[in-house]
Amino acid sequence: MKDLMNRALNLARLRGAQYADIRVVHNRTQTISVRDGVVEALDDSETEGFGIRVLVNAAWGFASSRDLTPAEVDRTTAQALEIARASALVSGGNVDLGPAVKSQGVYTTPYQVDPFGVSLEEKLALLLTADAEMGKVNDIRTRRGNLSLVREHKLFANTEGAFTDQTITETGGGIQATAVGNGEVQMRSYPNSFGRQQVTGGWEHLLQWDLPGNGSRVASEAIALLTADPCPSNLTTDLILGGSQLGLQIHESCGHPTELDRVYGTEAAYAGTSFLTTDKLDGFQYGSPLVNLTADSLRPQGLGTFGWDDEGVPAQSSPLVKDGLYVGYLMSRETASRLGRTSNACMRASGWNRLPIIRMVNVSLEPGTWTFENLIADTDDGIYMELNRSWSIDDKRYNFQFGTEIGYEIKGGKIGRMLRNCTYTGITPEFWNSCDAICNADAWTMWGTPNCGKGQPGQVAHTGHGAAPARFRNINVGVLK
Amino acid sequence: MIGKKEARKLCEQVLARCQANEAEVMLTVTDGALTRFANNIIHQNVAERDVVFSLNYFIGKRAGSASTNRMDPTGLDELVRRAEANAQASPEDPDYPGLSSPADYTAVPAFDQSTADFSPDGRATAVGIVCRLAVEKDLNASGAFSTGVDEIAIANSNGVFAYHAATNADFQTVVMSDDSSGRAQGSAWKVHELSIETLGGQAIRTAEQGHNPRKIEPGDYPVVLEHYVTEDLLSMLNFYGMGARAMMEGRSWMADRVGQQIMDARVSIWDDGLDPRGAPLPFDFEGVPKQRVDIVKNGVPLGPVYDRYTGRKMDHPSTGHALPPQMRGFGPVAMNLFMAPGISSVPEMIRSTERGLYINRFWYTRLMHPRDCVITGMTRDGVFLIEDGELTYPVKNLRFTQSYVQALAGVEDIGNTTHLLISEFGRMGACVPALKLKAFTFTGSTV
Repeated sequence: MKDLMNRALNLARLRGAQYADIRVVHNRTQTISVRDGVVEALDDSETEGFGIRVLVNAAWGFASSRDLTPAEVDRTTAQALEIARASALVSGGNVDLGPAVKSQGVYTTPYQVDPFGVSLEEKLALLLTADAEMGKVNDIRTRRGNLSLVREHKLFANTEGAFTDQTITETGGGIQATAVGNGEVQMRSYPNSFGRQQVTGGWEHLLQWDLPGNGSRVASEAIALLTADPCPSNLTTDLILGGSQLGLQIHESCGHPTELDRVYGTEAAYAGTSFLTTDKLDGFQYGSPLVNLTADSLRPQGLGTFGWDDEGVPAQSSPLVKDGLYVGYLMSRETASRLGRTSNACMRASGWNRLPIIRMVNVSLEPGTWTFENLIADTDDGIYMELNRSWSIDDKRYNFQFGTEIGYEIKGGKIGRMLRNCTYTGITPEFWNSCDAICNADAWTMWGTPNCGKGQPGQVAHTGHGAAPARFRNINVGVLK
Repeated sequence: MIGKKEARKLCEQVLARCQANEAEVMLTVTDGALTRFANNIIHQNVAERDVVFSLNYFIGKRAGSASTNRMDPTGLDELVRRAEANAQASPEDPDYPGLSSPADYTAVPAFDQSTADFSPDGRATAVGIVCRLAVEKDLNASGAFSTGVDEIAIANSNGVFAYHAATNADFQTVVMSDDSSGRAQGSAWKVHELSIETLGGQAIRTAEQGHNPRKIEPGDYPVVLEHYVTEDLLSMLNFYGMGARAMMEGRSWMADRVGQQIMDARVSIWDDGLDPRGAPLPFDFEGVPKQRVDIVKNGVPLGPVYDRYTGRKMDHPSTGHALPPQMRGFGPVAMNLFMAPGISSVPEMIRSTERGLYINRFWYTRLMHPRDCVITGMTRDGVFLIEDGELTYPVKNLRFTQSYVQALAGVEDIGNTTHLLISEFGRMGACVPALKLKAFTFTGSTV
């Protein structure tokens, strides 16, 4: 395979490319889903191919193909060069990639139990047992459970001398119960929204969540939500967000606005831009002094954890917000160079047939000092909300509105009545500046977001977000009438 | 392209490996390219070529599936081995409806050679026109121009074979100044039906008119909505209620309301995979022929669309709306939507509005509550206050929280022309007019 990759790079160089890189990717994904006691899908999909990116006359071209033969490598490389020359018809100034990248090595996701080594019977038994537990609760309308297991083998080489070989393994799963009645449709999920909690690592991580042991609770809560009181409307109150909801809040209002391609306008037509313009770097109070946000690709279990990004830049950790001050971006080689910095390894492609673009790695809120119990006890009047149900944010990442699956009133330092249809809304920097308490490392979890869309043609990235429950003062809740 | 003959041969090679067991195979061939621009230059420019086999393998009522993009004999052997292993491990599904039977498919024109042959230089030249127009006005143009060919073949062990080749073209641009933006998009299966310069001009005019936007108080406003917004309305109503799966599970906005007048009598929505004004596909992913299905007629929902599985569960024949094997759990989906036009132009709708908002586009819309299809989202790329029949000034973007069902109950006017928009996801088409609605609820505004 290395010969084929070198063949492409040599051809690109011979035909005038200033720079070229190539990725050869094989992805295998196993998906199992169960609905109402029936196996709805048991699927094993694989895709392989290569993508070559070339820089010619300060203009980029990219072409990809499934066919790993010398003739097709030659054709695809020639196509990438032709595309780059077309780009040059409407191009800008010079492209500076910064320091050369010459990474070499092998990276493999560590795990104890290979998820592809676990028998289909064991996987089905796990989901069907959890389904049966949910089914013990009367009147549940729909029960669902799913597993998603991913193994991606990726080779990368560039014309600067890099060659890396990595194998990433992901394990994910979850359950969901839906109840219908009383003019309501209510859903409870576990451990995370939208079907599953997913991490890099092995089967052992999924077993830790004990899906069967939580089936009955999840179903009972869905039924209880049908008759729970609605979230108070248009109320300003203190809000405590659970870890998984905070993970998505971080994703949308911290991760995306810190993507430097958005700031430079290259995602404007699709994903949007960002309020975090470069004049704010090192001088903007993004959040309260408690708020420390980190971008890293090193932490265990994160969906943004790897050996090198898709430009061959080594995995690393860098601050985005330090003691509330805005200090860093998610960067590629080209955007970092324009800012006078070096890449922090955030270029990722969703497959062999997609161009690497700036993506979140693991964007996490560092833990604070509170226990969850003390945080509740310290809150006189507020609402605790957990697990995302809906999310929306404007194209500059200022105005957001989130809905959660469940909420609880907090009165006098105690958790009170259950609340349905909970929503909250705010403006990103105002929201993060209202943060006055973050729970400690014992309550901190690396949550997975395996459904982040960006780019044209569309790409779905898997990102990680470490978070512990946190409190925000004077937040507008209850948008639904 | 591989063509119909080669597609049949490849499908037969897979089915032959399944021995006496039931199986259905889907073959998709993609040859696409997309030129992306921002800051008035091309910054990303890509091409992709792929061939994917998706196999559903059945042992009695036990099902397993697999997919691959390997075409060599070993790859196909492995595809069948994995699907068979999955079927063997899977328990029986008592509701397995069996495979579809051979049918006659209506040939629908959807392929244009000049679109298939469209070159990187052709896309760059078109993009360059819009970028130059934007530069002349001191504006910043971004967007994407894609062209490509999709081939699809469906075959099963009952003898079904269906093949369709289609071209696609889509141009979209957002043009920005420091404090304003405009957007336009056009889709077609014949690239030369796209007037790139016209679309660019529309986005530029909206951006030019949008300087110095003012903040207005959220609340209920009458709205004049461009067809881009109508596409969002139909798309959300489709995903959260026009399919039989959502009906069966009680999640649909249509549940318990079939036959009732819940929208304005001028609202008629149907799906028709055979209409070349849309993005035609003469069969679904189970090989069931497409047909026109009226979903909402004169404001009355008539019922959802079905695939074979939900049809069996709900005692209704498939309407030809199955998704590909790997996505079938989502349930059936309408993929070629049409909304009946009215009699007014957008300028006429504005002239008849005493006070309201003109909105070019919605952004980041998400379901908040399924029963009434309550959606939240933002306005984007062109919002103006209408006073006494005229656009008086641009407005800062607003957040809305609104039931789309109730919104369509309050239709005041429907645009007299429809426009085709094709989504990248599944090449789903919507042919939609502009709308004027009595009230839309805005619940917030942005900085």
